[in-house]
Amino acid sequence: MSITDGTQPRNVPDRLHGRPTRILRSWELLLAGIAILIFLANTQASPYFLDPWNLSDATFNFTEKAFIAFAMALLIISGEIDLSVAGIIALASTAMGWALQFGIGTPGLIVIGLTVGLVCGAFNGVLVTRLGLPSIVVTIGTMSLFRGISYIVLGDQAFNGYPTDFAFFGRGYVFWVISFELVLFFIFAAIYACVLHFTNFGRQIYAIGNNPTAATFSGIRVARVKMILFLLTGLMSGIAAVCLTARLGSTRPSIAFAWELEVVTMVVLGGVSILGGAGSILGVVIAAVIIGLVTFGLGLLNVPGIVMSIFIGALLIGVIAIPRLIRLIRTGKAA
Amino acid sequence: MKDDRTTDTPVLRLSGITKTFPGVIALSKVELALYPGQVTALVGENGAGKSTLVKILTGIYQPDEGRIEVDGTETRFPTATAAQDAGVTAIHQETVLFDELTVAENIFLGHAPRGRFGLIDWSVMKAQATEILTRIGAKLDPMKPLRDLGIASKHLVAIARALSVEARVVVMDEPTASLSQAEIEELYDLVDRLKADGKAILFISHKFDEIFRIADRYTVFRDGEMVDAGMIDDVTEDALVEKMVGRSMDAIFPQRHSTPGEEILRVSGYSHPTEFADINFGLRQGEILGFYGLVGAGRSEFMQALFGVTKPSKGAVKLDGKVAVIRSPAEAIAKGIVYVPEDRGKQGAITAMPIFQNVTLPSLSQTSNKGFVKMADEFALARKYTERLDLRAASLDQNVGNLSGGNQQKVVIAKWLATKPKVIILDEPTKGIDVGSKAAVHEFMAELAAEGLSVIMVSSEIPEILGMSDRVIVMRDGRIAAEYERDELTPEKLVRAAAGYQESAA
Repeated sequence: MSITDGTQPRNVPDRLHGRPTRILRSWELLLAGIAILIFLANTQASPYFLDPWNLSDATFNFTEKAFIAFAMALLIISGEIDLSVAGIIALASTAMGWALQFGIGTPGLIVIGLTVGLVCGAFNGVLVTRLGLPSIVVTIGTMSLFRGISYIVLGDQAFNGYPTDFAFFGRGYVFWVISFELVLFFIFAAIYACVLHFTNFGRQIYAIGNNPTAATFSGIRVARVKMILFLLTGLMSGIAAVCLTARLGSTRPSIAFAWELEVVTMVVLGGVSILGGAGSILGVVIAAVIIGLVTFGLGLLNVPGIVMSIFIGALLIGVIAIPRLIRLIRTGKAA
Repeated sequence: MKDDRTTDTPVLRLSGITKTFPGVIALSKVELALYPGQVTALVGENGAGKSTLVKILTGIYQPDEGRIEVDGTETRFPTATAAQDAGVTAIHQETVLFDELTVAENIFLGHAPRGRFGLIDWSVMKAQATEILTRIGAKLDPMKPLRDLGIASKHLVAIARALSVEARVVVMDEPTASLSQAEIEELYDLVDRLKADGKAILFISHKFDEIFRIADRYTVFRDGEMVDAGMIDDVTEDALVEKMVGRSMDAIFPQRHSTPGEEILRVSGYSHPTEFADINFGLRQGEILGFYGLVGAGRSEFMQALFGVTKPSKGAVKLDGKVAVIRSPAEAIAKGIVYVPEDRGKQGAITAMPIFQNVTLPSLSQTSNKGFVKMADEFALARKYTERLDLRAASLDQNVGNLSGGNQQKVVIAKWLATKPKVIILDEPTKGIDVGSKAAVHEFMAELAAEGLSVIMVSSEIPEILGMSDRVIVMRDGRIAAEYERDELTPEKLVRAAAGYQESAA
């Protein structure tokens, strides 16, 4: 390369900072630190915490929500959101319970659960990408719509009597204390991390979230990418519905009530920008573990559920506000 | 003489006004005087400093040097409110109005008449709004929400708003740009009424017919300097055009020996319901085809349709002699047509993402294996094209938003070159970038053409059009108004064709 004006050789390096610096500055490292602190606090708070079976039980506090959170992370990075996920669980679970009445077996139930998830995701996706409606409004609507249908079907009844082999998906253990759901959690974490960070599709998600116009101008089919993400979120909600229904062994219309808030909290706590364009799956994984540990720890201390929801709410606001506060303080000093 | 409608004492006088921005002298010792009851036309090319002057007049910018006198006393406009208090008000090209508010609220926003407890006195506001609207001859219901009005009526509201503060000086910045002929006539009547009211009017326009229709005086700016001023009766249109463009070609353009090859692109009958109609032209290999026209002539709108962002209502495109259907940017890119948009920050670059990811975004299939990105290949591709463009950056991992405008543009151009296009459309490629980057972009365009790439360059800068193009198409009101080969090109011809003013027969 020629040096044109002699002032400086124009050797632009690929990166300014090596991998260690990037890791040290990352949100994920901070999260991991918080997770360790909470873990240590829990060991002090209760002598029962370190029991392997107790720890294993703790993972059920986050696994099913995390399945959805992985897909939700992609959706939020692309600049959209799906608040109907808990509604999808209710509808998918109701559909499975209803099918149960006709003697459909475990494989059929799973197919029905996943299909309902996909159809609900497609419904959201079409409304957002074809009609150009804002996803936050669409999915607040479908949130009540989907759960409303299960209330109509079930009233104050419940579907019971799921087959014994079906229970494996919620209560099964693959090896010693390692549950089927935990294994699924790690598999999904790996798949979603791969898709988001190492594929062209993942790169396009970031581009759309940062600047949808420039993404369109760069030849990205924005509507198609978003449609796929809504389908994925629906599918993951369907999977969560199968696991949760199997674990509970029954379906009530209030199943997974208000889960959408915890899922979004997980995603945002994991460092995904609520405005879109930034975030990582590793962050969401750590955030899921943190939320699981906190709920479990508070449970061991016999803290009532209401206090837990206060804690989750405070956590969500804190996570969004703290980075901004830090920036305000910094710029305030600079000025 | 005591008749203050025709006094020779200016209401407002600017002298020796200089304004510099980092690296650019926007205005250099300019003079301007505005007289009561008279319309002064301010003419000049894009970039001559007209907008900067308007911003100084309205208190948005502060001059580095020079005096502002109102009625002979020196004053300063440190804020927009100060300018308004001194009686200077402006009607901009794109007026900021609020669709959800009523006409009266829009007129009095920020200075609504107050009643008891500081609440807005609606009856007084309605009465005053009606009075102002009648004064400008607008038959509008002051209680109607603005969103129910057409563009022309909104314009009248903007004018009424300007007059609701006791204005003595009215600045009109290209007020006819978005109006139809009938609406323009109404605007002329309004200007006449304002003149009769004794207002001093500064009228900024590119259109010569309207300047000669309504102006009493003229002032010509060129490259931030005032080159001439006088009475409109003492000047001809030809002389005015000459003063506007009669510049030394201070920008140095690369020497080009172009020998355009076979025709590669043929556009026939491209039309859009509102933006452009019946566009026909061909583009040869290795050719730089300039598109000149006034702002709003439909050039960008046509280019975006050609790139598949918007849909044309009719028309066809042939690439290499074969019919090409382009329904989306993705299809355009696949067929080898790429577009560097005018609005870099919104449409061109993704400023919150690193340089290398911006460059590879449309070429991900080149730098990946079965859909998985290969970052080393990405860096290599980004390096290849950014080095050719002499990009100045700390690292390729740096976010595009941290670069200067010129370097951002280099990233966007690199992004498109990496797709190995056949036709590249550059929309105002050097707008708002520094002189050094400008030269780099020009040199690079010449290089690309020499290598056989076909270039369409949309530009509103006459020197750039003259310096770079093999052939120039001039657009006016959404249609092709004229076409010139390089050797028959003069600045005067371009300005005339763009403004719709034909050479005088005499």
